[in-house]
Amino acid sequence: MITIRYGHRQFEPGPQESVLECLERGGVAIPSSCRSGSCQTCLMKATAGEPPTASQQGLKDSLKLGNHFLACICHPTESLEVALPQEAQGVTPATVKQLQLLNDDIMQVALECHDPIEYRPGQFINLFRDPGLGRSYSIASVPGADDHLQLHVRRLPNGRVSGWIHDELRTGQTVEVRGPAGDCFYVPGRPDQPLLLIGTGSGLAPLYGIIRDALLRGHSGPIRLFHGSRHRGGLYLTGELLELTRQYSNFDYVPCISGDDLPHGHAAGRAEAVALQEVSNLKGWRVFLCGHPEMVRTATKKAFLAGASMKEIYADAFNVNQAA
Amino acid sequence: MSEKQSMAAWWESRNKSLYDRLGGEGAVDAAVDIFYRKVLADERINRFFEGVDVQKQAAKQKAFLTFAFGGPNNYTGTDMRTAHARLVQAGLDDSHFDAVMEHLGATMQELNVPGDLIAEAAAIAESTRKDVLGR
Repeated sequence: MITIRYGHRQFEPGPQESVLECLERGGVAIPSSCRSGSCQTCLMKATAGEPPTASQQGLKDSLKLGNHFLACICHPTESLEVALPQEAQGVTPATVKQLQLLNDDIMQVALECHDPIEYRPGQFINLFRDPGLGRSYSIASVPGADDHLQLHVRRLPNGRVSGWIHDELRTGQTVEVRGPAGDCFYVPGRPDQPLLLIGTGSGLAPLYGIIRDALLRGHSGPIRLFHGSRHRGGLYLTGELLELTRQYSNFDYVPCISGDDLPHGHAAGRAEAVALQEVSNLKGWRVFLCGHPEMVRTATKKAFLAGASMKEIYADAFNVNQAA
Repeated sequence: MSEKQSMAAWWESRNKSLYDRLGGEGAVDAAVDIFYRKVLADERINRFFEGVDVQKQAAKQKAFLTFAFGGPNNYTGTDMRTAHARLVQAGLDDSHFDAVMEHLGATMQELNVPGDLIAEAAAIAESTRKDVLGR
């Protein structure tokens, strides 16, 4: 008998019933709209069991890999444990192993999770100062290549979590983290595909993870990174990135400065403008956009108009609602 | 082909839904990027898309195309009215609807869809006009 587990409750779908209909019949409210598998409003995640491939039509590869599915067209062939995407995360304690300033206002935080978590570089976790006060940070480390989970935390003006991380958090301390979540990561399978990555500020964190993940998995197509800041001091990991360009001939790094003072070896302008000028036809490219929400919004549209398929655009914008 | 077989083929082609004749979900998938790119690039109408989340909007365009292609849908005029009410206040009119229809036709032509099928899809899309324009 096939069952659907949601939270602490268990349901039995009728012969023709979708997961959405079954949960609704049980009194569970799941957001939905078109109810025919196209609008993606009823996106859910199977935390146990495999959703049928047909229920993943039209989803990004990274969502498919994470066992996401559309509840309205999901007719399960085995028992599933399901959750809404934002619910499918456990909380685990983690010990701070290292704190290191990467530039004037970005701190690298290395964490050792007490229960090891499975993550993809580029996903994010929530880090909690106390149970009611947490912020999302993208993961810059690569499992297997790095010992610890690494985050890049930019100090925000009056940042209640970032300020605490910069000023008060100490090595050896234990914090709580929840996650991982997010679909902005490298999906293996098409090693020749060209990749374009555009980031501003600490939006480099997920990109740094994604790039090394792709390279370590043997990605052979061009990988082009454009990292932007207003001034040179806002860039970081430049030495490590230049070293990667020496090590891998298919990787290319362009630091971009949007302010007036242009140091030698840097491109002038906003990262997304420089990138789209250099790569004007994005047909067939996979695109990753991380950082300031305005940049991500503009660049998503520009990348799409430049020929990138919407399904091949992976975006991770800083959440402005939690900026302080 | 025997007469019986050709009769069967004829019967099937007559009774297959528009959605199946167009190629189902694969056809919508192929069309959605082309269609939405045309819409976003069109100076006559793209001001109505200022500030929207293009990724979420693309999913809505896909739902619309699925509907126009005669595919599975849960179309209610009410949703369409509510979604466009703000735009109607901002000046959305027949000329803008016509522009979208133009892009739908051009998209299908680009994908080499036969003219009679384009006409069928256009008729379905046309049926949303009064809801979109809040009439």
